[in-house]
Amino acid sequence: MSKKYAKHKIWTVLLVLALGAVLALSGCGGSGEGAKPEAGKTPSGAGEGVQDTLIYGRGGDSVALDPAIVTESESLKIGMQVFDTLLEYKVNTTEIQPGLAESWEVSPDGLVYTFKLRQGVKFHDGSDFNAEAVVFNFDRWADPKSPYKFEGDSFDYYDSMFGPEGSRVIKEVKAVDANSVQFTLNKPQAPFLQNIAMPSFSIASPKAIQEKKADFKSNPVGTGPFVFKEWKRNDTITLEKNPNYWKEGQPKLAKIIVRSIPDNTARFNALQNGEIDLMEDLNPDDAKQLDGNSELVKIERPSFNVAYIGFNLKKKTFNNPKVRQALNHAVNKQAIVDALFAGQAKPAVNPMPPTLWGYNDSIQDYAYDLDKAKSLLAEAGFPNGLPEPLTFYAMPVSRPYMPDGKKVAEAIQADFEKIGVKVNIQSPEWATYLDDLKAGEKDDLYMLGWNGDNGDPDNFLYTLLDKDTIPGNNRSFYVNEELHKVLVKAQVEVDQDKRGELYKQAQVIIKQDAPWIPLVHSTPLMAGKANLKGFVPSPAGMEAYGNIYFE
Amino acid sequence: MNSYIVKRLAILIPVLLGMTLIVFSIIHAIPGDPAETILGDKATEQSKQALREQLGLDKPWFQQYGTYLSELAHGDLGDSIRTRQPIAREMLPYLAATLELTVASMFFAIVVGMNAGIVSAWKRNSWFDYVSMVIALVGVSMPIFWLGLMEQWIFANKLHWLPSIGRMNSRDPVEAVTHLAVIDAFIGGRMDQVWTVIKHLILPSIALGTIPMAVIARITRSSMLEVMDADYIRTARAKGLASFQVVYKHALKNAAIPVLTVIGLQTGSLLGGAVLTETIFAWPGIGRYIFEAISSRDYPVIQSGILIIAFLFVIINLIVDLLYAVLDRRIRYQ
Repeated sequence: MSKKYAKHKIWTVLLVLALGAVLALSGCGGSGEGAKPEAGKTPSGAGEGVQDTLIYGRGGDSVALDPAIVTESESLKIGMQVFDTLLEYKVNTTEIQPGLAESWEVSPDGLVYTFKLRQGVKFHDGSDFNAEAVVFNFDRWADPKSPYKFEGDSFDYYDSMFGPEGSRVIKEVKAVDANSVQFTLNKPQAPFLQNIAMPSFSIASPKAIQEKKADFKSNPVGTGPFVFKEWKRNDTITLEKNPNYWKEGQPKLAKIIVRSIPDNTARFNALQNGEIDLMEDLNPDDAKQLDGNSELVKIERPSFNVAYIGFNLKKKTFNNPKVRQALNHAVNKQAIVDALFAGQAKPAVNPMPPTLWGYNDSIQDYAYDLDKAKSLLAEAGFPNGLPEPLTFYAMPVSRPYMPDGKKVAEAIQADFEKIGVKVNIQSPEWATYLDDLKAGEKDDLYMLGWNGDNGDPDNFLYTLLDKDTIPGNNRSFYVNEELHKVLVKAQVEVDQDKRGELYKQAQVIIKQDAPWIPLVHSTPLMAGKANLKGFVPSPAGMEAYGNIYFE
Repeated sequence: MNSYIVKRLAILIPVLLGMTLIVFSIIHAIPGDPAETILGDKATEQSKQALREQLGLDKPWFQQYGTYLSELAHGDLGDSIRTRQPIAREMLPYLAATLELTVASMFFAIVVGMNAGIVSAWKRNSWFDYVSMVIALVGVSMPIFWLGLMEQWIFANKLHWLPSIGRMNSRDPVEAVTHLAVIDAFIGGRMDQVWTVIKHLILPSIALGTIPMAVIARITRSSMLEVMDADYIRTARAKGLASFQVVYKHALKNAAIPVLTVIGLQTGSLLGGAVLTETIFAWPGIGRYIFEAISSRDYPVIQSGILIIAFLFVIINLIVDLLYAVLDRRIRYQ
């Protein structure tokens, strides 16, 4: 580059800058001509006629789109649209109903299940859904050496619902004929049908898995109401109508675009501006803005979760159940619900939500009673409160069951202060947080929660509080042999009434031992356009969008 | 000039190598078990162990570093643990999105900031000077998070002038070719979409560009003030040159070097520091890409992401240094 030319270039730059100065000065308020969109009120309006594209706003992206290899709900939500399961949950409940299987029979000993499959169903790639396809899928999940288990994949839900390798519940799956398939179990499993209905056990197209191999997880092919179209990671997932869907009249929409918008308030702004039609995780505080808005509605997801404060029983302080009971008496749950959940939660008594069968509603909660708390502490040998401050881990992330962990922790800190128990709140970054709780060295008490996966109490009580789940989800390191016996017995009992009784008994034991302070069952909030119909939020946190339409 | 460029380029090699070592060491100092984080708390111990072995996480760190370097030398950034996609391919759209946002933000910051600084110096102690320096002071201390949400609330929710999130109208997207949405709209012949895409850029680039804008305005002002007291400016004025020419031609050229330094540094920091803006505006950029990788302990992605940003930072520095040489001939001989 010659020097002369360089000089000219600088001149040009300076002129541009000068021009910019003039523009900046003339348009001083920042509201120059250019700011007006030509499209009128809603920049992304849907055009003429009834809207047939839904834009769904959520907080995070999917990890993978093969529901068999994931455990987190953002991925399974997409699986719900692209795939079907043999059985499914009835809308708005966790009761099961026929899916790809029209009917089923169970042998009297509870060991053989025979499913009659729906006929004439096709996968999105045109291949037939039949007994062979079901066998292919279950074999893929059960066989650790399956050629269709791709590098780094694991079928964790299969392992946790149907037992790890070596102690599988399912012995064999075989095709009786083209349209019936038979499962033989090694031992009876009471929630077997409930488990089969989980989105992780979606039936995928064998042809697509064989052809796409490891790419299948980003190009899913199922029989569901929507056909997978495109995935722009961290941005959008586009799904299009499956014109040959087997459910009469479904899907009603032509297209669904699922957008990741991480910030709750920004997502709500986008909804108000018409850029999205339906959103998840509305801040309880923002919900007030919906009052009197005729274009938008608040949608409540049925509560199917529990948020809790867990005691780390590895720590000596908590060896005495009286200390744990005392702290239970010291938390004003109703005040927390009113102030920090904007009323969108119920105080929790037991470790599972009251909407779940087997819930023991005869159990009385530890009342908010500071005198009682102090006297229990005194009985435990601490008449002046605990001598050492406790380390309280408060959640650094927002979850539907816990929108703002730090504020809740501060409220509890103030409650504890009143009975002479000092706590230091710590909120390390989320991954570290979970690691620390699992190690159980740093925290004295911690905050966490759980949203049910399927409609079975086992998924709350055994998963969270049995001694078998240490290390793992039992982050209180709570061991009670009697409870373990009850929970294991309930796993193999086939009669649901008897199981219900066992779970009620388990809740009595847990209440007495008080390894937790069950805090709240929250009602997660959503918001959407008022003319959006047919959306029924499911308790498990995900639903098929086949029935949604715009009026 | 050429030997200067060659020398500057040669320095890049040890710098880049040092960067890989630093990035690698920092990442391995992060506590926590990546296998558990990646697979989630519902995963079994067996599958976690299998993942650890497969990722080489059970090997000593220097062995992991060696493998990393040799792959890097082959242009292979590795695969993402979470998505199993090659990082080099996966990262491209995010990088493009951030570059687009950075360019728009810096355009805003430079045009508004430099002019505000120049005019403030030119009309020293005038109302314009006071107002723009107060704005600059507020701008520097403005939390991006708050600013972004306020912008959305006013310009999207209340006035409906601009879209609040994303890069384009997702009901009618522009096909990705270069992943720079403005250019893609042109390439696709979607003239109707060009303006839509630009509108999507306005709010996030103001949010992201406000701090650099304020910094640039203040530096430009003080640098200009210094120069404008110099003898040669007085001479130029005495020769009867118009004020505008004196300021924009004679003074600015000599005042530009510190400004250029600041522009370079600010551009670099925008590349990596855009996480908040990208989060609020649901902008699928590299900041969020790395952030997501951090929360899922996706080591290869974190490494590559930081490395790419550091690399761009070094490149920007190089460009700034070369521009110095163009602006001031004495510099290249140092």
